[in-house]
Amino acid sequence: MPEAMETQMTAGTPLLSDTSAVKVAARDVNVFYGEKHAIKGVNLDIKQNEVTAFIGPSGCGKSTFLRSINRMNDTIDICRVTGSIALDGGNVYDRSIDVVQLRARVGMVFQKPNPFPKSIYENVAYGPRIHGLCRHKDELDEVVMGSLERAGLLNEVKDRLDQPGTGLSGGQQQRLCIARAIAVNPEVILMDEPCSALDPIATAKIEELIDELRENFTIVIVTHSMQQAARVSQRTAFFHLGTLIECSDTEQVFTNPIHKLTQGYITGRFG
Amino acid sequence: MSTAEKQMDTNTASASDIRKRKIADVVNAGLKRRYAAERRFRFYGIAAIALSLIMLVVLFVTILGNGLTAFVQTRVTMDVVVSAERIDPQGTRKREDLITGDYQGAVRDAVLALFPDVTSRKDRKDLMELFSTGAGYELQKQVMANPDLIGKTIRIEVPVASEFDMLAKGYISRTVPEAERKISDKQIAWYDALKSKGMISTGFNTTLFSAGDSRQPELAGLWGAVVGSFYTLVVTLALSFPIGVAAAIYLEEFAPKNKWTDIIEVNINNLAAVPSIVFGLLGLAVFLQFFGLPRSAPVVGGLVLMLMNLPIIIIASRAALKSVPPSIREAALGLGASKLQMIFHHVLPLAMPGMLTGTIIGMAHALGETAPLLMIGMVAFVVDIPHTPLDPSTVLPVQIYLWADSPERAFVERTSAAIIVLLGFLILMNAAAVLLRKKFERRW
Amino acid sequence: MQVLILFLVLAVLTVIGFRLGRSRSVKLVGGDVARLHSLPGYYGFYVALWCGIPALLLVLAWVSLEGPVLTRLILSAVSPELLLDPNGGPISQAHLNLLVNDLRNIASGTVASTANPLVQAAGLQLASYREISFGAMTVVALALALGGAGLALRWVHADFRARNSVEKVIKTFMVLCSLMAILTTVGIILSLLFESYRFFARVPMTEFLFGLQWSPQMAMRADQVGSSGAFGAVPLFAGTLLISLIAMIVAVPVGLLAAIYMAEYAPRKVRSIVKPLLEILAGIPTVVYGFFAALTVAPFFRDSGQLFGLNISSESALAAGVVMGIMIIPYVSSITDDVVTAVPNAMREGSYGLGATKSETIRRVVFPAALPGIVGGVLLAVSRAIGETMIVVMAAGLSANLTANPFEAVTTVTVQVVTLLVGDQEFDSPKTLAAFALGLVLFVVTLALNIVALHVVRKYREQYE
Repeated sequence: MPEAMETQMTAGTPLLSDTSAVKVAARDVNVFYGEKHAIKGVNLDIKQNEVTAFIGPSGCGKSTFLRSINRMNDTIDICRVTGSIALDGGNVYDRSIDVVQLRARVGMVFQKPNPFPKSIYENVAYGPRIHGLCRHKDELDEVVMGSLERAGLLNEVKDRLDQPGTGLSGGQQQRLCIARAIAVNPEVILMDEPCSALDPIATAKIEELIDELRENFTIVIVTHSMQQAARVSQRTAFFHLGTLIECSDTEQVFTNPIHKLTQGYITGRFG
Repeated sequence: MSTAEKQMDTNTASASDIRKRKIADVVNAGLKRRYAAERRFRFYGIAAIALSLIMLVVLFVTILGNGLTAFVQTRVTMDVVVSAERIDPQGTRKREDLITGDYQGAVRDAVLALFPDVTSRKDRKDLMELFSTGAGYELQKQVMANPDLIGKTIRIEVPVASEFDMLAKGYISRTVPEAERKISDKQIAWYDALKSKGMISTGFNTTLFSAGDSRQPELAGLWGAVVGSFYTLVVTLALSFPIGVAAAIYLEEFAPKNKWTDIIEVNINNLAAVPSIVFGLLGLAVFLQFFGLPRSAPVVGGLVLMLMNLPIIIIASRAALKSVPPSIREAALGLGASKLQMIFHHVLPLAMPGMLTGTIIGMAHALGETAPLLMIGMVAFVVDIPHTPLDPSTVLPVQIYLWADSPERAFVERTSAAIIVLLGFLILMNAAAVLLRKKFERRW
Repeated sequence: MQVLILFLVLAVLTVIGFRLGRSRSVKLVGGDVARLHSLPGYYGFYVALWCGIPALLLVLAWVSLEGPVLTRLILSAVSPELLLDPNGGPISQAHLNLLVNDLRNIASGTVASTANPLVQAAGLQLASYREISFGAMTVVALALALGGAGLALRWVHADFRARNSVEKVIKTFMVLCSLMAILTTVGIILSLLFESYRFFARVPMTEFLFGLQWSPQMAMRADQVGSSGAFGAVPLFAGTLLISLIAMIVAVPVGLLAAIYMAEYAPRKVRSIVKPLLEILAGIPTVVYGFFAALTVAPFFRDSGQLFGLNISSESALAAGVVMGIMIIPYVSSITDDVVTAVPNAMREGSYGLGATKSETIRRVVFPAALPGIVGGVLLAVSRAIGETMIVVMAAGLSANLTANPFEAVTTVTVQVVTLLVGDQEFDSPKTLAAFALGLVLFVVTLALNIVALHVVRKYREQYE
């Protein structure tokens, strides 16, 4: 293996000492887009029932790394991943791991709200339906209502469950997407800049929701807003040019960053 | 399962964790079925494509298989005595007398001389069936060109009758019982006798590319239809290109956005989808009945196809105009050019390749169009090659239609050959369009 | 031929006008072109337009109106006994048409169907009318050309805004060109309505639309049995629908699945090869499909039917429908391809992110999202199937059976239009007019389908733009 690909030193505590609390463990992860080396030797632990935030300037690879956790990069032909990402100890890039099952365990919420052109109910019921999680209509109703409830959307939409999800406001659409993701009851939820298309009020609601969801889910969120990372996350990882520069408790990163790149970024000298 | 055990140990195992385990299992259990569905779906897609391509291949193989042999014609070479009493009994050697000479009789004499043992009237008639009636015309042509041949023996090469051409090409089987084929065993024996004398030869079928239509397959050619198609397309192109481009320029560059231009736009799109036969009815009612233009004339065909083609050209030209970046327009206007100068000097040259591509594709459509031309009488049986766009004529696709309707086996072959020629023209035109598009792809 | 020479003369005059206009403008300012309002070429164009356009319009109008006018003239001049039938009444329209045809043929010097000396004389008279008419047209056209050029030349001054005038003419020309499309539609509607109106004056509309019997063969003599013919078009409508339905059963699934596979699964290389191949299917002239259907597919179905003891007609609706379906596959697949690729990728990602397989994503998310566009495309394809002519003319039958059995021969609207109008015909028999009534139905139905389909597709595009 060429030198550039070797594991690089990262400041802070990217690896946790208490292995029992580790939900996702990335070891020496490299991602290539054709010739481009997008992620370089990342080692990182993501803790159970915590919110981990990925920050960094645009193009730093934070989204790419996020998408390699549930193998969303598989859909891109030229993309290649090396190294291992373990979910509960099992490498998701192992041959024996099925991508469909993996994505049922690791859900995802995207940058732009992308409700399906179906009714609100059908949007949420989509995951349980394709995976065959519910045997009866009552059971499905329960899951849909429960998910909407947990996403804080039920009160707003309970009278119009049969109306198209695309008719909701941006913030509601994004919460619908979150409800859709949690309806499958995943273990990890990946969020790729979930608030970048929303106004401040809708953003605040989502952030509140993320904090509540932490109780039951492990959440990884990519954000370009440092304030958001500071508000919602317990741990923060800073990426720069495809490398993980620093990762520790959020407070630590924002108040006393170790690496001077991190410091430069959070003080707004570049970004 | 070590992680699961660990979680049990650390007392973090809650009801929701157990539920998650269960979900993973349910998902796992469904995987096999879901991947089978996935494979099935992919298979349907591949099958659909394969089916379409197979149809394409079958179509081409059928046409080529049936048609390629038509480019070769079986001929018989024989010596004919150009006797004066047959051709020019009065001995005047004048054109008008020569033209009425009994050339077929001279050919008959020559044939009967070859088979002296054929004596009965019926046999002689059957024997003559081996030779195309074109033999007489061939002889006539030679004698008319050179009256000095009278009294001499000349060698002519003429097509055999189409049935025997079919026999030579293997379309008529010798093993089929005599009653089930058009030619008798005796005739086959005569044919074989000719062959053993070395009088039968095969060569490129020039008639197909030089003659007009005929009831005799061996004398029928495509040239009349090709010329008719040419005139028709010239009329279509000469009218539809300037009108189409002018309309496109107006709609794209000048027309205000209002209800009227909306109506024109919707109308153009709809016209592009009106069945072609309706345009034929329009041509019949307006051009033939109202204006009294001649039936079967390429001019009228061209007019009808022009109306059909116009929407295609307008749509393509507008797309080409749209793709010219506004910066070029602004640059021209900024230099003080008038709007028309801007369009004619700057926008049009850049949009021209796109417009031409659209036009060529439209012309290819027009070349293959049949139905509307049937309505305006271009189905007439036309033997002569048209000399002007006003002469009655037919076009290639209509010629195909007419030949396809003919019962003779040899016309199946010739229909396929005509299709090969038509497809050849279409391929040329489309290749030209593709080349044009490639060559002028985005200069900015 | 003579007209072509006249056109040529006019063209030469126009070129001369251009040169004169340009040189005059230069002369007016003593060679100092900058003093002119417009470039000298525009003055040339201005004169050329005045020289060419009025004369050209006159010739076109004259040529197109000459035929009807002269016919009327000659009929009023012809000896009256030609216009009377043996019983002393006026001759029927059919005979009148025949007479007019003969007169025209004699005038053009070709063979006529009669040797009646009265007709011959009238024909020669028509020829002389034509000569007079052409002479008059030539004189007037040339006078217009010269007069126009002369006037325009006098108007040329240094301050004259030649460019603006020329541009105005060009713009007017462009407006007229863009009105051609409207004119075509109006022409179609008027000619169909007019002829259909004459048809419905003889055959009640209700009988045409709801009658179950179609046998348009008119008897030769009025006293023959069944002389009136029967014009109930329901069997034709049914036949058209049956064949279109078969075509859609072939084309929709195949076209849809092929397009979806190409858009979602196929590697780019495969796509770049297979897509043009499928487009070839759309470029093949329909007459070729017709030949293919009649020569290969219909006998194939008939023979394989015999293997299973089925009696499949050699002109079965099945063969025509299947071949038409093959023809329509590329239409369905190209519009599906457009529509499916227009579905935003975010939809697919959302579905994959929940753990859906590719086919689940396509069936449950992409396809429903693309459905409106696909429906629009399928409607366009249906309208094409209904209006398709050559395949059915060559492969479907002529007998108007009212049946839903695809193994039997049926006939369609377009087949009947062609059979009614091909060959010798008189313009006034109900048989001929019936073709226009059928054409009207065809036009209305396809127009309705097109408008709905184009509207749906347009709305769909806007949704994702």
